[in-house]
Amino acid sequence: MNRFSKIVFSAVFATVLAAPAVMADPAIVYSVGGKFDGSFNESAYSGVKRFEEATDKTVREFTLERDAQSLQALRNFASRGNTPVVAIGFNQANALGQAAPEFPETDFAIIDMVVDKPNVRSYVFKEQEGAYIAGLLAAMASKSGTIGFVGGMDIPIIQRFLCGYKLGALSVNPDIEILSNMTGDTPAAFADPVRGGEIATSQIKRGADVIIQAAGGTGLGVLQAAADAGILGIGTDSNQNGLHPGKVLTSIRKRVDNAVYDSFQSAQNGSFEPGIQVLGLADGGMDWVLDANNKMLVTEDMKTAADAAVSRISDGTIKVHDVITEGACPV
Amino acid sequence: MYEIFSEQILILDSAIRLSVPLLLACLAGLYSERAGVVDIGLEGKMLGAAFGAGAVAYVTGNAWLGLLAGIAVSVALALIHGFASITNRGNQIVSGVAINFLAAGLTAVLGQYWFSRGGKTPPLTDGGRFPEIDFPFAEQMMDVPVLGLIYSELLSGHRLLVYIAFLAVPLTWWILFRTRFGLRLRAVGESPAAVDTAGISVSWLRYRAVIACGILCGFAGSYLSIAISSGFGLNMTAGKGFIALAALIFAKWRPVSAMYTCLLFGYLEAFAINYEGKEIYLIGEVPSQFFQALPYILTVILLAGFIGKAIPPKAAGVPYLKERS
Repeated sequence: MNRFSKIVFSAVFATVLAAPAVMADPAIVYSVGGKFDGSFNESAYSGVKRFEEATDKTVREFTLERDAQSLQALRNFASRGNTPVVAIGFNQANALGQAAPEFPETDFAIIDMVVDKPNVRSYVFKEQEGAYIAGLLAAMASKSGTIGFVGGMDIPIIQRFLCGYKLGALSVNPDIEILSNMTGDTPAAFADPVRGGEIATSQIKRGADVIIQAAGGTGLGVLQAAADAGILGIGTDSNQNGLHPGKVLTSIRKRVDNAVYDSFQSAQNGSFEPGIQVLGLADGGMDWVLDANNKMLVTEDMKTAADAAVSRISDGTIKVHDVITEGACPV
Repeated sequence: MYEIFSEQILILDSAIRLSVPLLLACLAGLYSERAGVVDIGLEGKMLGAAFGAGAVAYVTGNAWLGLLAGIAVSVALALIHGFASITNRGNQIVSGVAINFLAAGLTAVLGQYWFSRGGKTPPLTDGGRFPEIDFPFAEQMMDVPVLGLIYSELLSGHRLLVYIAFLAVPLTWWILFRTRFGLRLRAVGESPAAVDTAGISVSWLRYRAVIACGILCGFAGSYLSIAISSGFGLNMTAGKGFIALAALIFAKWRPVSAMYTCLLFGYLEAFAINYEGKEIYLIGEVPSQFFQALPYILTVILLAGFIGKAIPPKAAGVPYLKERS
């Protein structure tokens, strides 16, 4: 029996029989889009895989079809004694805020959102920093002087990403034109590659020759459309360079895998601490990927400029605007 | 002025791509409903077809085999609908809903079982997809004012299924209004008893209509998974089958109107993508949700009787009972 059906069965039987089995296995609830979205959730999944290989624990998994399932999934795992229970995605914050006080003995963690409860560890990322590097590389690689951005759901963290991208691009070329679209207003906007492809195509026809996706599963359609049209895409969250070798300029990784691994590991050896963990370029929470699939696309100049920007952001010389704490994007 | 023109061409170009799945599904529904079988399972058939096409195109690396598989899956689902609602005279709405659920569930489970990628099929190779077709001299024509843009941006550079979809419109018109089969098909949707009295099998006619519906839904689904995208994704139809149904009502069950309606709906979506966050002249910024909701709003307005009247085929939704005993 594969893992998916295991989860389905265990979820069904747990509700039907309410078996009070006690296990100390960790559990994870993926966001809409699923663990094979090639991007955000898949990054979390690779953390899960790493943990499973390092220890002989099995990680319980559940994938949300819609937000409303989150609360039930979290309660389910917690009531069966799973700890820690990790919620992937901003859209689970409300559910976790409700579930965490019900199970004070269970450790919880959430990615991309802060839930202020005594047994919750919140991991948030400085998306704007990684996006700045993406914008910088995109502007250097663009020949047409127009670059594109396709976001998923229109939410503050995606807006923050967009702002960083714009700032990075403008730092190289003050005249660059940046086309930007959001896919939608519900979490389904992170799982619609058909629409993502169409948005990317429309940006390409308007002249964009480098397009970044910040749209989870929707982004697969964006990168596909970019590769079809013979222009460059930029991946996010996971390393997506290998999806279309030679057609993906780089990937801005958000190390959700490290956050997931870290939370599992710390709970395992009893060092789990609630609170807020902010990850950025300086501590390796965000990075950009240079590998065999894109090394012909990234020139020496581009690499030098990107590395310089990384170190200047890390030491605080460059401060990238954060739309969540500092208000609307200045550009 | 020229800039506005070229911008409109790009939006129209995008509208064509977006309207194709709607158009194919809408024509599919047209055959079925004209023959008196209401079909709200368009969504499910498209989804099934998208999965079948994506899976087979991945395994064989051949887009044509993918298309055939997509059509086969869709026709199989259509026959289930036919068996329930024609042979067994079941409730057509219930059967249609069942098809939708069946497709949504089966594609996810089989996809996970075969490919272990959370229900997705793996990305396709080039041979597994329909390529874009460039018309002769499209590059050179580009510089000709007005006509060049229309020729090389708007007409050229689409995928084969796009041209098939638009050719299906006159073909459907011809079949429905110029052939004996079409006459009988329309008759069976209006007055099956009369058709029966003339000695023609109502069931067989309706079955053929349902199969035609399945074939067109097969094209629609395949377009999604092996033409514009590369592989199947969970629930990738995203409600297009229902918009197609709205378009069918809006078009008052007529093929040419169906084409215009689907183009209009596609145009609204393309317009929303293009003008998102931008100011529209004299109106200001319009939220993109407005355009996404517009197809439904227009259909509701139509149904409320403001833009003429949409009268469905008389016998639509009514199972035919040969004899009451």
